[in-house]
Amino acid sequence: MDKFTTLTGIAAPMPLVNIDTDMIIPKQFLKTIKRSGLGKNLFDEMRYNSDGSEIADFILNQPAYRDAEILVAGDNFGCGSSREHAPWALLDFGIRCVVSTSFADIFYNNCFKNGILPVVLPQEAVDALMEDARKGANARMTVDLESQTVTTSDGQAFGFDIDPFKKHCLLNGLDDIGLTLEKSASIDAYEKTAAQSRPWV
Amino acid sequence: MSGPKTLYDKIWDAHVVHEDADGTCLLYIDRHLVHEVTSPQAFEGLRMTGRNVRAPEKTIAVPDHNVPTTLDREKGIENEESRIQVEALDKNARDFGINYYPVNDVRQGIVHIVGPEQGWTLPGMTVVCGDSHTATHGAFGALAHGIGTSEVEHVLATQTLIQKKSKNMKVEITGKLRPGVTAKDITLSVIGATGTAGGTGYVIEYCGEAIRDLSMEGRMTVCNMAIEGGARAGLIAPDEKTFEYVMGRPHAPKGAQWEAALAWWKTLFTDEGAHFDKVVTIRGEDIAPVVTWGTSPEDVLPITGTVPAAESFTGGKVGAAQRSLDYMGLTPGMKLTDIKIDTVFIGSCTNGRIEDLRAAAAILKGKKVKDGMRAMVVPGSGLVRAQAEEEGLAQIFIDAGFEWRLAGCSMCLAMNPDQLSPGERCAATSNRNFEGRQGRGGRTHLMSPAMAAAAAVTGHLTDVREMM
Repeated sequence: MDKFTTLTGIAAPMPLVNIDTDMIIPKQFLKTIKRSGLGKNLFDEMRYNSDGSEIADFILNQPAYRDAEILVAGDNFGCGSSREHAPWALLDFGIRCVVSTSFADIFYNNCFKNGILPVVLPQEAVDALMEDARKGANARMTVDLESQTVTTSDGQAFGFDIDPFKKHCLLNGLDDIGLTLEKSASIDAYEKTAAQSRPWV
Repeated sequence: MSGPKTLYDKIWDAHVVHEDADGTCLLYIDRHLVHEVTSPQAFEGLRMTGRNVRAPEKTIAVPDHNVPTTLDREKGIENEESRIQVEALDKNARDFGINYYPVNDVRQGIVHIVGPEQGWTLPGMTVVCGDSHTATHGAFGALAHGIGTSEVEHVLATQTLIQKKSKNMKVEITGKLRPGVTAKDITLSVIGATGTAGGTGYVIEYCGEAIRDLSMEGRMTVCNMAIEGGARAGLIAPDEKTFEYVMGRPHAPKGAQWEAALAWWKTLFTDEGAHFDKVVTIRGEDIAPVVTWGTSPEDVLPITGTVPAAESFTGGKVGAAQRSLDYMGLTPGMKLTDIKIDTVFIGSCTNGRIEDLRAAAAILKGKKVKDGMRAMVVPGSGLVRAQAEEEGLAQIFIDAGFEWRLAGCSMCLAMNPDQLSPGERCAATSNRNFEGRQGRGGRTHLMSPAMAAAAAVTGHLTDVREMM
């Protein structure tokens, strides 16, 4: 997993609430047995006509936002299916950070496994960032994980909260499984005790 | 933690392997369910790192999302990518020695129906699966939730998950349900009341007389959609109905172990005075048969209602509601019962169990599907299908003009050939009405099996109470 430290880039505004993982990556693209290559199908049904041509007014098809690295989105982003294909598709497109007032639980966790930073901010802050994102490609937003701030193109900074363990893993690009395997002795001990207390499991 | 505990607190505490100073826990996982769509990259990860499956005996795999449900299934899967995914699961199950129900096994079905049916899901367990509807298993008083593929790999390798505890939320449904109102109406009504983010950050415990009165099948329907309400998991305290359902199932404990298990299971309830961070109470008698009108599961209205106007909402929901109305092709003010439908889908992990098929068949007996409509029943497992045939339900569906399919996820998410065409409108017993969910441009109205059966007969959304 790639580290996430700071990012300065174009932010695309997607004010729609309840953007679900079926929208982010429709099911016909879940048939892959790989993690890569999903970026071209990110938001597929919102982004392309059924003949495969681009829908011109979709935000990521507009010239200013084709290289967006940040999304500023409406409430409850990533709701629905647990598919990790959603963060895989975002990452493959080039999105490394999503800002919203709230995220669905599974999507939120999936982001951290893939080097994507989901930032939760209050409505007023998201509104301000949405306005900034609407300015287009010349307005670059900066996300700094170490200082836990998102800064607009005109220097207005918003601080956000994040779980310290998740922050640590993202800043250092750490592999969860490796960390857990360091605790193998604890798992062995738990299994030994559980074999006595709950032998039917 | 001392003092009174919630059911969630008790199950959580029983599974903590290690706790860091900041409250981050390593949680032990008792059952790991696996299907073909969200697991290939996880097994690939194990191979690349030379890791093994830590507890193959606690890992259960079944293909469900991609499998054809037509009767000629033995011909194989036509779509190459779908076939490769199912073949990958075959190989991974074999290579890593995990429990497996292949496509041609009579016990094959939707993973969340097979788990309870085979007795893998037991009270007080932690259950995970790379599938958001893992919440279903909460009906047994098991802490069950969906995970992403990276976490699937983590559980395969370590039999644990790194977790922070959620907050406790209580959803109480008091009193009795009125005739024609089902578990599906409860769960949709709760989401209608709390919104799709209402449960974010919480584990919900469903309780109250109306919940206690539900069968295990009904409780699974309620917990199944906890995820649509944004919750990490839904729980219902186990009781005599739970124990009776579990007893004698292939992987349920037997003999002395059964007695030991039962003794512990009977301690799994929320203590008097335990703290809930959020409480929602709904009177059972206030719940009507409901349908969804929009493209979010929170877009719920009683069937007697009318299509709302976008301006009747506030904030970001105004734009979302307008988008839903446009997508669904609906005009504000029209009666829900005037909405004509093209297709009926009965099935899914929400409503593909025997009780669901009984409820639909009770409405359909001696009636016909309206001319020109497509209607299908997809049982949740091969064993549900067999039981429905034995009870004569299958014949009722066939006589009414329904297609009687083999088990799988089918049109709930349309990864297999069972899909809606653009503009096609479906009365569905599944769990999501998202744009394109059942096929690009397809329009989904969620409802109970009885309501879907009623719609099949009339050709439009229908108040099932008029047919009872």
